[in-house]
Formats: sequence, C-alpha cells, structure tokens
Amino acid sequence: MKKLLLASTILAGMTTAAFADGHEVKMGVILGFTGPIESLTPDMASAAELAMKETAGKVLDGKTIVAVRADSTCTDAAAATAAAEKLITSDGVVGIMGADCSGVTTAIANNVGVPNGVVMVSPSATSPALTTIEDKGFFFRTAPSDARQGQVLADILKDKGITKVAVTFTNNDYGKGLADSFATAFKAAGGEIAISAAHEDGKADYSAEVGALSAAGAEHLAVFGYVDQGGKGIIQTSLDTGAFDKFILADGMIGESLIKAIGADLNGTIGTLPGSDSAGAAKFKEVATAGGLKKNDGPFMPESYDAAALMILAMQAAGSTDRAAIQGKIMDVANAPGEKILPGELAKALEILKSGGQVDYEGASNVTLTDVGEAAGSYKELEVKDGKFETIKIR
Amino acid sequence: MIDFLNALTLFANFVLIPGLTYGSQLALGALGITLLYGILRFANFAHGDTMAFGTMVTILATWWLQGTGVSIAPLPTALLALPIGVAATAIFALATDRLVYRHYREVKAPPIRLVMASVGVMFVMNGIVRFIIGPNDQSFMDGERFIVKARAFKNATGLNEGLAIKSSQMLTVVMAMVLVALLFWFLNRTRTGKSMRAFSDNEDLALLSGISPQKVVTVTWILAAGLATIAGVLYGLDKSFKPFTYFQLLLPMFAAAIVGGVGHPVGAILGGFVVAFSEVAVTYAYKKFITYLVPVDYAPEGLMQLLSTDYKFAVSFIILVVVLLVRPTGLLKGKVI
Repeated sequence: MKKLLLASTILAGMTTAAFADGHEVKMGVILGFTGPIESLTPDMASAAELAMKETAGKVLDGKTIVAVRADSTCTDAAAATAAAEKLITSDGVVGIMGADCSGVTTAIANNVGVPNGVVMVSPSATSPALTTIEDKGFFFRTAPSDARQGQVLADILKDKGITKVAVTFTNNDYGKGLADSFATAFKAAGGEIAISAAHEDGKADYSAEVGALSAAGAEHLAVFGYVDQGGKGIIQTSLDTGAFDKFILADGMIGESLIKAIGADLNGTIGTLPGSDSAGAAKFKEVATAGGLKKNDGPFMPESYDAAALMILAMQAAGSTDRAAIQGKIMDVANAPGEKILPGELAKALEILKSGGQVDYEGASNVTLTDVGEAAGSYKELEVKDGKFETIKIR
Repeated sequence: MIDFLNALTLFANFVLIPGLTYGSQLALGALGITLLYGILRFANFAHGDTMAFGTMVTILATWWLQGTGVSIAPLPTALLALPIGVAATAIFALATDRLVYRHYREVKAPPIRLVMASVGVMFVMNGIVRFIIGPNDQSFMDGERFIVKARAFKNATGLNEGLAIKSSQMLTVVMAMVLVALLFWFLNRTRTGKSMRAFSDNEDLALLSGISPQKVVTVTWILAAGLATIAGVLYGLDKSFKPFTYFQLLLPMFAAAIVGGVGHPVGAILGGFVVAFSEVAVTYAYKKFITYLVPVDYAPEGLMQLLSTDYKFAVSFIILVVVLLVRPTGLLKGKVI
C-alpha cells in the first residue's frame, strides 16, 4: 500500500511536470536591462509580457507563452550574443522579442538568430543598416527604420523654419545611421549642417565636445544619443555653458529621466518618437492600465507589445511551435487581408486563426510590415511643454 | 573692441575655465602620485581607484547627511562629508601598505615588483568600489550650482557670448590653491615634512640621522590618500562620479606627474595644467573665436579644430611619449622632492 502510494505520488509528480512542460512555450525577451537605455527597458519588457499574459492558456491546444528575459546590454555585442545563444540553445525559446539597440541587434541576428533559424522581432532597433542585413527572412521589426525618422525630423525643422543645426550623435550604428539619414534629408530640404560630430557614451565630461559643437555657429543642437548616457551629458553641459538652449531629439533621447535630470530648461525642445494616436494606441493604454503595468505610455512600449503579439499570432497561424513555421506566418498575420486586431483582442484573433480565418494585426503601433519585414512607420512630433513631452501631431 | 571682448569671453568659457578646473583636479591627483614616487619609490597604479574609493565613501556620507537633513547650502553637502572620506581612505591606504607593500619594502624588492603589486591593488579596489556603490553614474552635487550663469552674463554685459562659472569650478580652484599652499608649508616648514624630504633625497643618510622610516611612510600614505580623495570629490562634484572614468583618469594624472618631473611637487602642478590645457585647447574648434578677431572677409570656412574631440585621451598619450623621448626628466628636473 505504502509503495503504491509512493509510486502514484511520483507518477503524479511526473505528470504535473510533463503537464507544465507541454503547456508552456518559452519566448526570449532580450533587452538592455543594464546600460544606456536601462530606464526604458523594464517597461518595454512588461509590455511584451502583457501580450503573453493576455493569451495565457489560449494558444494552440491551451498553451501559455512565458518570457525568458536576457540582458542585451545595448552596447556590448559579445555579451548580447552570449545571452541570445543561451536563450536559443539552453532555454530553447521559440522566438526572440528583441533586441533593442541597433548594434547588438545586428550582432545577435548575424551570429545567433539567423544561423539557428530563430525569428527575431525587434521593437526598437532602428538603424537603416538593418533593412539590408542577410536575415533570410528571420529578422523583423515593429519599429521603423531611421531613414524614415531622419526624413520626419527634417520635415519638422523645415516647417519650423530652422535652417541650420549642429548635430551630435552617439558613436555607434544607431547614432551614425540616424545622423546620416537626417543629414541627407535636411540638406535636400535646403538646410545646412553646421557640424556633425560623434560623442562617446559614458564619459564624465562633455565640455570639449560641446565647445566644438557651439563653435560652428548654429543655434539649434540635434542630439541623436541615449537618454541615460552621453546625450544627457551633452545637453546638461550645453545648458551649463550657455552653448545651446534649443534642442532637437530623436527617439533614443525621449524619456522622463531626461526631464527629471535637466528640468525647466528643456521646455521648447522638439523631438520624434515612433508611434501614432490611432485607435490601437489608445486601446493599448487601456489594456496596459488594466493589466497592472506601471506605465501605460512609454517609449517603445507599444512596439514591444506588438512584437510579442505578432509572434504569438504567427505561432497560432502556423499551428505549431516550430521556429521555421512561425517565421513563415509573421507577414501573414501582420498585414491585410484579414480582420483587424487591436490590443486586448488577441484572444479573439487566436479564435479566428483556430477556425481557419485570417487576421490583420494592427496592434498598438499600427503594424504594417514592408516587404523586408519592418514597420512602415509613423512618428509622433513631440514638444516639451511645462516639463512634459506632449504630442503635437503625427507624421 | 566688442568683438575682442566677445572672443575673450568665448575663450574663457570654453577653454580657460574648463582647463583651469580640470588642471587643478589633475594637479591634486598628480601630487599624490609624485609624493608616493618620491618617497616610496614606485609608481602607484592604484591611485585612480584610490580616488574612486575616497569619493565613494564621501558620497555615501553625503547621502547620510542629506538623509538627516544636514546642509550647508549654498555649498555642497559633500564638503561636510569630505573629512569622513579622507579618513576612511587614509585607513584603507595604510591597511593596504601593511598588508601588501610593507612586505616588498622589507625584502627590498625592486620597484617594478611594487608597481605590479599596485596593479593588483588597483583591481581589488576597482572591485570593492563597484561592489559597494555599483558601476553607474552618481551625481551628488547639491546647493547652488552656478556663480555666474551664461544667460545672466549676456544680459548684464550686452555681449554676444555668455560666460558661465559653476560653483564647483570655483570650489575646485580655491581648494586646490589652499591645499597646495598647505602642502608646501608642511613639506618645507615642519619637522615631519623636512624628514620626508630628507628621506626622499637619500634614504640611508636619513635613516642614519635617526628619522623613523615607519612614520615617513605613514604620513606619505595619509597625504596621498587625502589628496586623492579631495581630487576625486572635486572631480565628481564638477562632472559626475563613475568608477570607470576615475580609473581612466590614471593616464592623464601620470602624464601630468611625468611631464612636470616625477617626484617634484611643483612639477606635478605644472604638469596637471599642461595636460589639461593641451587636452582642451587642442580639441577646441576655433572657428567662432577667430571669426570675432579677424575682418569679416577672412573668417575661416572650416572649424579650425586641430583634433576631433574623440582623440582627447590621445593627447595625454602624445604628451607622455614626447616628454619621455625628448626630456625624460620632465619640465622641471625630476629631482626627488
């Protein structure tokens, strides 16, 4: 009797384990939890995990997607590659939501993602160079390329009648790519770049950089850097020395920590951030609040939710958790034809797919992927008013 | 005339004041290196991390003081916490000497072995600092940030160019002057100071005349730790504290000590300013400055920048190499103290 009890206990234990195994599917969430954008990534990750929570127990035959977080560091390609390698080989994730910064994303895609045939959907890597990497169709992004952001920034400046700017960019793929695309667009619109100089992140003192930038004689300074890093240092030093007091920021610089650090001097600063005020964006805020997230409106949060949602829907459409099968279905669920799906409607989308229907995932950021698998891109034009980033209009 | 004043203000704002501040910070750091070299006869690679350690203790004490509501506004609270930082660093330095360096002195090890030991100490301190306060940026400046604000200066003078003087910059320069004066008075006028100089000149002769080597070594470590902590805190107040940047400061500080003539306190100060001004002046773009001075037609097209700011650190390297090649003893003959 005792033996029987023991045996059945063991058996029960084993089946529970098997049950858990069979009904949990792992998805990697690789973002820079340490490093230059560490103040943004926790919210991005929880937005992605929100999509997983929403579909818990509803994917395929009652499966739940669970997130495995990993640190991309944003800057260290070797560390990011090692972290992604671990996700794929030892955690056995079916897909990767990430990475975040363009440099590490390229490294992961080239070294680990594409060779292993794992789908990556990045919510925030925006370098134009990622459009043309050899990804064999495994790399997607819900963030638009900076080629578009450069154009939007140039348009905004033209509308405001600003014709001469100094540009400083963080010395990496993201900064360089954006500075180049902005320069091309701005010059085409008749503007003049007084000076374009790189800055290194993580230095204590940026007075030499600011001195050189201001010597070129422009009144406006465009900062294409990171909010918790050199970008902040450049702005602080510019204000301290009186070199510049009008700033133009790109997406990496938009964050509340900047306003908290700098204060009222930042009023009047203009910037751009991928996003829209579509029905999906508003719906996302509701879903995020209802889901108990700390914030419902942060940089790249909608894109992160969408990145995870796309992979979950593709998994359902493929009818399996096979990595290659997921890859084949991403474009199908992201684009028309099909029923439009907004945030909070993932369960409905799964039902439609189960019954053989088609969906066109709109999501929080108005997802439509171009033929290379990246968001076409709408941008919010922002302005700092009374210590807050306010959306002026959508471009 | 107005153009001339504009040019002068521009130069002061972007070259003179930052250079003076940075130079003072380097000079204080280089003084510590030079003292240790003159008396203990080895190059202390752990000096940058000693700065980081001292600054860390001061920051922790500052937070504690801020927590209890103590403030000496408009001055930064860190000044009040500074003695705690200096004391802790001095104790730490003496403990290191007892545990590591004393052994090598007793066995009369060649200087290179002491240098290598100091590299080891450097890594340990590096780790301790990161372990306690973390690798991130810490800003601990409070109180009034500016003495002269750029915009206020423009409005008051009617010039095109603004001049900003941060209170941390003024504090740095004043503190450096006071400290250097005190140090020279100590070395030249007090009994202990004189015995240190004697020890540095000729160790055997000093020992024969009854100078206690233990006392000289102890005082040297306390002075070096104190100077390092103060330099670190001033640098942190002016810029920001991050363990890695403090480690990087090692290079310009060594360059300063060697350029001035290693073992020579006046040389360390001179070297500090030479290195600081070269870094700032070589990487500054002079376009606007020259445009103010010359007739409109001669205004330069380019940026008039000798080296891109990316190469700032390379400047200290270049100075170091050139000095070692051309004048290995330094600007002032590197006669020990």
